[in-house]
Amino acid sequence: MVKQITVLSGKGGTGKTSLTASLAVLAQKAVLTDCDVDAPDLHLLLKPEVVETQEFKASRVAVMDEGTCVQCGKCEEHCRFGAIEKLVIDPVLCEGCGVCVYICPVAAVDIEERISGYAFISKTKYGSMSHARLNPGEENSGKLVTLVRQNAKKIAETENCELIINDGPPGIGCPVIASVGGVDMGLIVVEPTLSGIHDMERALGLLNHFKIPALVCVNKYDLNEENTDKIVEFCGSNGVEVVGKIPFDQIVTEAMVAGKPVVEYSPKSRISTDIIELWKRTLENV
Amino acid sequence: MIITVASGKGGTGKTTVAVNMALSLENVQLLDCDVEEPNSHILLQPKIYETKPVYTKIPVISEELCDYCGKCSKFCAYNALFVAPKTVMVFPELCHNCGGCALVCPKNAITEKERQIGVINKGEAKGVEIVYGELNVGEAMAVPLIRAVKNQMKKDKTVVIDAPPGTACSLVASVHKTDYCILVTEPTPFGLHDLKITVQVLKDLGVPMGVVINRAGIGDRKVYEYCEKENIPLLLEIQFSKKIAELYSRGVPFVAEMPEWKEKFLEILDKIER
Repeated sequence: MVKQITVLSGKGGTGKTSLTASLAVLAQKAVLTDCDVDAPDLHLLLKPEVVETQEFKASRVAVMDEGTCVQCGKCEEHCRFGAIEKLVIDPVLCEGCGVCVYICPVAAVDIEERISGYAFISKTKYGSMSHARLNPGEENSGKLVTLVRQNAKKIAETENCELIINDGPPGIGCPVIASVGGVDMGLIVVEPTLSGIHDMERALGLLNHFKIPALVCVNKYDLNEENTDKIVEFCGSNGVEVVGKIPFDQIVTEAMVAGKPVVEYSPKSRISTDIIELWKRTLENV
Repeated sequence: MIITVASGKGGTGKTTVAVNMALSLENVQLLDCDVEEPNSHILLQPKIYETKPVYTKIPVISEELCDYCGKCSKFCAYNALFVAPKTVMVFPELCHNCGGCALVCPKNAITEKERQIGVINKGEAKGVEIVYGELNVGEAMAVPLIRAVKNQMKKDKTVVIDAPPGTACSLVASVHKTDYCILVTEPTPFGLHDLKITVQVLKDLGVPMGVVINRAGIGDRKVYEYCEKENIPLLLEIQFSKKIAELYSRGVPFVAEMPEWKEKFLEILDKIER
């Protein structure tokens, strides 16, 4: 059975992607995914070479033929998204439900399907990678995440890989739910700030809600050790293991500028030693 | 004036900029549209005077009237209904509340009931009025709650919107119909990459924009080069400073301890108005 780990955080910018890239190196033969499809960054470190590109058609939007329209106003009256104003459709507000098409007595409205993104299957020097790119401003990021994960699973099966590591998006909504569904472990990266703690608690709540086991890693723990202690205490009393505390280190930014995972860019540094230890403890739990 | 603070990449300092800016202005309302992970109230510590639930509607099928024709599930663009020979299943998390199923049902077997998706909180601190939404944990759709937060907007005030990270529908819902967008980024490859996608969203929406570079001094110069090339004004640089990071970690907005920054946030507003 293929095991799956998703790296998440609740709050953005806590270090999910930098950590995931290092884990990709350490795992050696894992399938890697970037489930942050609307602001993906993992490819900047793993440098994938795209082998296959798939169109992702999920976006539906209503279009009006003004020549046919008899200005009865029924579409506007029935649209619950406020997307039709003075008989003009605002594609930003339109959610593609099709009520206007149904209600229009003269068939002046139609639904158009649009390409809302692309999914990619790629090779990296650390293993195969499944990732995607949602077009700017599009909906349905959750569905695209699901496609990314399905692709990863297929790759894992054909290549006989035992592990999939998913780099999750921030937040706790639709794409995050799609990123954690059915995984064996959620690894939450938290920073020792009050916002970080608040968001970690909600991310833990989400994992709990879906009955997914959780681990926590405190990143930049030395920025506020008092808060780090609070995180450790909170996790302890909630039965969640803290598998690592990673110090603040400018090497992380340097590695990012160099376009390399930290453990590859600076393998002998303290931070790399800490990440290796964290990975060991994570694997013991999966 | 409605100003949205956005970023694409998470953790670049949207909330820091939004809250510090709100504290520097007069007659201001702060709307936290990051309903999945709202943080501005942590920095602002408002006194909350009202919390109210936000509902969406989901279909209820009358087993008595339904003849399992399947028209509702065929119509539903979100796969929120499934009709089997002797039963209809509703998946509330997938429902967008368009009302289409009730409309197409030939037997009038579909009514609606309310389902809570989160709450909005209203409060006040240091002269700043704040409204923030909190999406229920496990709830997928943030957009209806973002719209509920924006419905509380007071147009006679300067409105500062703290947007969620990402470049998808939640960002679009937050930034839609605002006068200006401040993009907060950091001078790193991740910051630049996500900034470019966000700029594209704003161009598509026709919202004017400017950039605040946070943690200036780390990373490289590529964000600066990009902004110059694209003619995006640089509104402010916030140098990377352990003091600012430490204040943030304790939930203290830095203008409270470094009041000289209020001037700089006021200047941003000046630049925007020009």
